[in-house]
Amino acid sequence: MAEARRAPLSDTLWRRPRLLLALLITPPLLWLGIVYLGALFALLAQSFFSIDEFSGLISYELTLKTYAELLRASNLDILLRTIAMASAVTVSAAVVAFPIAYYAARYARGRWKAVFYLGAMLPLWSSYLVKVYSWKLILAKEGVLNWLFETLHLAWVLEAYLAIPVIGGNSLSVSWTGTFLVFLYVWLPFMILPIQASLERVPPSMLEASGDLGARPGQTLRYVILPLALPGIIAGSIFTFSLTMGDYIVPQIVGTSARMIGQAVYQFQGTAGNIPLAAAFAVVPIVVMGVYLTLAKSAGAFDEL
Amino acid sequence: MTAAISFKGLSRHFGDVRAVDSVDLEIGAGEFFVLLGPSGSGKTTCLRLIAGFERPTAGRIWIFGEDATAAPPYRRPVNTVFQDYALFPHLNVRDNVAYGLMVRGDAKAARRKSADEALALVALDGFGDRKPSELSGGQRQRVALARALVMQPKVLLLDEPLGALDLKLREQMQGELKTLQRQLGIAFVFVTHDQGEALSMGDRVAVFDKGRIQQVGSPEDVYDRPETPFVADFVGASNVLSADMVHDLVGRNAPASLRPEAIRIGFGPLAGVVHARAFLGSATRIEVDCDGQKLKVLIPKGGEVPQMGDSVTLGWSEGALHIMDSANG
Amino acid sequence: MNSKASLGLKIAAIGGLLFLHLPILLIFVYAFTTEDKSYQWPPPGLTFQWFEVTWNRPDVWQALGLSLRVACVSTLIALVLGTLCAAAVARSRFFGREAISLLVILPIALPGIITGISLRSAFNIADIPFSTWTIILGHATFCIVVVYNNAAARFRRTSASLIEASMDLGATYWQTLRFVIMPNIATALLAGGMLAFALSFDEVIVTTFTAGQQQTLPIWMLEELVRPRQRPVTNVVAMVVVLVTFLPILAAYYLTRGTDTVAGQGK
Repeated sequence: MAEARRAPLSDTLWRRPRLLLALLITPPLLWLGIVYLGALFALLAQSFFSIDEFSGLISYELTLKTYAELLRASNLDILLRTIAMASAVTVSAAVVAFPIAYYAARYARGRWKAVFYLGAMLPLWSSYLVKVYSWKLILAKEGVLNWLFETLHLAWVLEAYLAIPVIGGNSLSVSWTGTFLVFLYVWLPFMILPIQASLERVPPSMLEASGDLGARPGQTLRYVILPLALPGIIAGSIFTFSLTMGDYIVPQIVGTSARMIGQAVYQFQGTAGNIPLAAAFAVVPIVVMGVYLTLAKSAGAFDEL
Repeated sequence: MTAAISFKGLSRHFGDVRAVDSVDLEIGAGEFFVLLGPSGSGKTTCLRLIAGFERPTAGRIWIFGEDATAAPPYRRPVNTVFQDYALFPHLNVRDNVAYGLMVRGDAKAARRKSADEALALVALDGFGDRKPSELSGGQRQRVALARALVMQPKVLLLDEPLGALDLKLREQMQGELKTLQRQLGIAFVFVTHDQGEALSMGDRVAVFDKGRIQQVGSPEDVYDRPETPFVADFVGASNVLSADMVHDLVGRNAPASLRPEAIRIGFGPLAGVVHARAFLGSATRIEVDCDGQKLKVLIPKGGEVPQMGDSVTLGWSEGALHIMDSANG
Repeated sequence: MNSKASLGLKIAAIGGLLFLHLPILLIFVYAFTTEDKSYQWPPPGLTFQWFEVTWNRPDVWQALGLSLRVACVSTLIALVLGTLCAAAVARSRFFGREAISLLVILPIALPGIITGISLRSAFNIADIPFSTWTIILGHATFCIVVVYNNAAARFRRTSASLIEASMDLGATYWQTLRFVIMPNIATALLAGGMLAFALSFDEVIVTTFTAGQQQTLPIWMLEELVRPRQRPVTNVVAMVVVLVTFLPILAAYYLTRGTDTVAGQGK
């Protein structure tokens, strides 16, 4: 029409909007489909093979034998221990994160708002290994925590705590408490930011309405704020739960000799060379997270991601 | 003379929704043409089909006699003023106005000159260096107008451009747009859901409902002589009398419209009971229940207003009752 | 509601922030300690000598170089793929749209060890030898989501009518891309790129599976963590890593501040 400027590709794209969409979506879809899903299915396939007990070689015959092995007492222990740890870390992270997120969303203004936001952002993105390393320093026998207890003449409290079975141990750095603390520390920022985001969306007038209708602050918290923060908590828990479940570095560096799923996967595929069992172990977090994500989706948590 | 815009059997469906359903329309070259209808009636989709933001599911569009059905927006001699203004936030006001000239390849000095002239046309001289975010709603509106006009379109499309302005500013802009259109002598296609705006501004008005055009005509036509009950009700909230009632009154079997302000209280063929009244300032509106058919009556200030529950008789001057023979809705 | 926070809430909030930051600050102190055989606290003395020692370590430089190379290339790939994906999802409603957002999130929603072992077994099956590219393949995959989140947030905020306005004024798709879309999403992309860079630079779990014998800086650190041999050098490296990752994060924050409310989310 108007002026006959040449733009054949543009013209084609306008006439065929589906083509534009296809051009946009194909490269990322190919990458994720081939590199990621392809690899994931390769792994899944392996879990249906088994290892020949005599030769130690993988026999490429479809079987559920490897999954049955997961139910062996020692392996079941690993699964349950990991899920228990992931749950404990998730719940504690929500409890510790909530006041921070709530304060940041409700009360912090201007510069303090930035302080709180960056206060959660920087640890979230700063080096995972450095964070783990810092706790190795803190929990070491000659480290700052023991020094603190001694300086305050409270060493007996620590000893009494360490004497408690299961959560105690020889020292904090080889106890479940130590592992738990490091997990909590490392994943906490993943809980703060989504909760804060969901709380930011609660209009102050809603809280005023609740107070106006006669709710005490505690009731407002329980019946108004918590339900509205729930999608954020669920979004955060996706990360804390998933990350704890798959981690093999933290329990290796701080903790007891009892293994978690991540360590088992790492060892079975590495030193033990039992890739089918490693794959079967890896399927557990996938299934758990699949269920978790489905539940989270129905609770509307994806808007907070 | 060729029409500025003409549609033939134009449809746009979104899945099962027929946003525009087989519309035929001709818009004249120097006309102020208004597309009027409730939200979701298809008027905005129609405008977007003219601009080229939507591709028709069926039918053809001609712009000044040239088939534009397959032309992308950048090849159409029309420009749009958007409802949300759509000013580019990263450009200042002058660069916003000069954007079309820039992509066309005009020299820098020439575009600056044209842009400043266009800004002067909308009374925004000296605002060129500001960012859109620093302007008021009314000013943004003018920038959007200048940005479209600087391209010297043959047709200007306006998508509810005054919707976001307050009443006073809106009335002022209505006047200015009308003057501007006469000055430029190009066609304006103006979308609105406000019947007052449509009647006061349009040379002709097309009333939309459910993707179809109900009536096209002058403001007087659609107001005084609605062709369908929908038009009667939507334009000026007229009373629509059922076919039965019209049969009893004048012996014809078709619905009819009756303007609230045309009804007189005191003597006439209908009787009923007042069951609602509302004071509107310059008049009082009452609602009279005549055997289940509720009629609105407008009593100008100074007139005698009956009380709630009073029995009244209603009449009207000859010609006020408009029979809708071609009723299809 | 009263607009003043209760004392208990204040203590919990500030206590939580301190819990997050004190351990990192502790590392800064350790970088200067004169003690090199244990993690003794308080440090018996302070010195600058470990910075010089670290500076002269070729293995640290090599690991740093590899990490930087991997992070740069992965970020570039993630920028292209993440932006394309965000544009597709933002601009149209099509079948499988939700599945695609899920697919993008999956590599970080599932534990890293799964991505790692999946890639390794795929490399095994396809007979691909370990190289810088095998590391990049993994990193780019989980970096896409970071760019995607930032770009998608910006697309959501950018009115669709801007693109229509541009074409209405005579611009083709390419001109619209260059003059309207790019300027409007540039800061979001820069922020996404910074975060992707930080994520890749720091990643260790997937990398242990895809690196073979190569050492990125995090892998170098991991080995020191498991078998401490040169504590003072590790302290210095840890401190430098903290400083190096803080810069892009701060930059990303200032780039998206006031525009996309929660740009840094969804690591």
